[in-house]
Amino acid sequence: MIETVSAMELPVEEHLRIRKHRVLPLHPTGKEKRICVVTGTHGDELEGQFVCYELLRRLKAQPEYVKGIVDVYPALNPLGIDSISRGVPMFDLDMNRIFPGTEEGPMMETLAKHIVDDMAGADMCVDIHASNIFLMEMPQVRINEETAEKLVPYGKMINVDFVWVHSNATVLESTLAYSLNKIGVPTLVVEMGVGMRITKAYGYQLVAGLLNLMKELGIWEGEVEQVKEPIVSSDRAVGYLNAEKAGIFLPMVEIGDMVETGDELGQILNPLTGDVEEVIEAPIAGMVFTRREYPVVYSGSLLGRILGGKEDREEEMA
Amino acid sequence: MRKEVIYSLSSPYREEMKVTAYRFGHGKKAACIVGSIRGNEVQQLYVCSQLIKKLTELEASGAIVSGNEITVIPSVSHHSMNIGKRFWAVDNTDVNRMFPGYDLGETTQRIAAGVFEEVKNYDYGIQFASFYMPGDFIPHVRMMDTGKQSASLASLFGLPYVVIRKPRPIDTTTLNYNWQVWDTNAFSIYTNETDEVDEASARQAVAAVLRFLTRMGILRYHNHSGYIATVIAEEELRQIKTNVGGIYRRLKHPGEEVHMGDVLAEILHPFEGEVLSQIIAPTEGIIFFAHKKPLVTENEVIYKIIRRLHE
Repeated sequence: MIETVSAMELPVEEHLRIRKHRVLPLHPTGKEKRICVVTGTHGDELEGQFVCYELLRRLKAQPEYVKGIVDVYPALNPLGIDSISRGVPMFDLDMNRIFPGTEEGPMMETLAKHIVDDMAGADMCVDIHASNIFLMEMPQVRINEETAEKLVPYGKMINVDFVWVHSNATVLESTLAYSLNKIGVPTLVVEMGVGMRITKAYGYQLVAGLLNLMKELGIWEGEVEQVKEPIVSSDRAVGYLNAEKAGIFLPMVEIGDMVETGDELGQILNPLTGDVEEVIEAPIAGMVFTRREYPVVYSGSLLGRILGGKEDREEEMA
Repeated sequence: MRKEVIYSLSSPYREEMKVTAYRFGHGKKAACIVGSIRGNEVQQLYVCSQLIKKLTELEASGAIVSGNEITVIPSVSHHSMNIGKRFWAVDNTDVNRMFPGYDLGETTQRIAAGVFEEVKNYDYGIQFASFYMPGDFIPHVRMMDTGKQSASLASLFGLPYVVIRKPRPIDTTTLNYNWQVWDTNAFSIYTNETDEVDEASARQAVAAVLRFLTRMGILRYHNHSGYIATVIAEEELRQIKTNVGGIYRRLKHPGEEVHMGDVLAEILHPFEGEVLSQIIAPTEGIIFFAHKKPLVTENEVIYKIIRRLHE
């Protein structure tokens, strides 16, 4: 059943329409649990599109196993996805900085309010992101430390490679996930893949995780795969690789590679002079979980992240 | 006047981006004025250019009170401005959402950190800012309600209005907010325009800054006393929203007094030209903000009115 969550009239013969696909059990009892699977807040993040398709395909193939309500929202920012724009076109606005929204505010804040209202009362929400056009991310769940106790157990059910518990930042209080967690809807933020592309293997991995999570919640009774036991990063160091020089970045590692401190991970090249401007070395030993895909870099551009060991974290804390 | 590059950033294919500060007088860090932080803030750039011109004359005539340094940074964003982009040229992030910055972080965090290092520790910080909604304001001074703001100081600019805004999470990374956190008295000045130069309100802004600096004992200058400002809280402004989308015909403008029932704007059918909706004033007062672009969506805030205020 496809429903409109919110619709706003645009100036000329069109509506900005946010839609969801609601899957119900064959024989509803009125006491079902509800999960929201949401993506497309940033118009350049497309990994979630395949996840929505594949999840719905599997639910439709075996409707007898659906025991709860599954609401799938493929596009919170349909204008952005449709026009290859990360933000909301016309407003140059990051949609994930206007939640929980308000009826009193401008159009997009009103829309944000309608979205939150629609999801309020759900038993679980999974908000799927795909990094941006610059960085490739290994499938991971990101959890604000304020909600770690409640959410880490769910994060372990969803078949990601690791769960990153990060510190709170006031500016992130305007995200959908923060707003939903605040009103009692446990919300996991998944980051995986890269902007403007679809990594099919990651899509299948997350769909398996979603079905497993739904099974744990009693929303799905079909078969599920064995899910991965993710590394939980709360007690591990994260090493950041930032460019110091401008130029063209060429990586020498793959996502998931294990590296040692000082290993060469890539180079920043100067195509005009033919020189190597900077050699990028691993600041700590560990697993590469973020890698830059977009070659043009400035000083400061993020080139990668490494998940270190517990001993690095202990050293950091000391 | 001393001209100094306070931050520079190499680019893979373009010339180095240099952020330049103009310094006037010597002594304690009295006042810092920042212009365009976003690439579309042309009016803010223009206002700073006029201010630098005026301060150069005033310094030459000995009008800067000894023991005070005034710094003006006209532009942080010309790398974006030169290519017609509002946000950072490469990744579209907003430098004015990166303060206080992080010198080991990503590019715009580094720019913000480099600039903030230079602009902090002044007694007074003044930013020529722009708003994310497309429209015109009455010229005003805006402050964040951080508990450290002083509306009475803001009124010394002599602009007609001072607006106090309760900060939202997204505001905590702006220059204005962080100035206040670092104990600088911070003010944002809004003129009528952003993308275009408006001479009249630019002159008003330059005069307001000179008036403030004079009243703070930083400058010796005689100019008009300006207004005794009306102080308003942003949440007290009455917002008026559209009920349909279409072509927008603005009938009332910022600064005009309106009465309950007045027609503020019309929204026309985009193909047939018929009036689909009349936007009616729900209260009497002065128009503080009015949408400007020719098209509107449904549910858009197109007017903000200061209720029950008269000319």
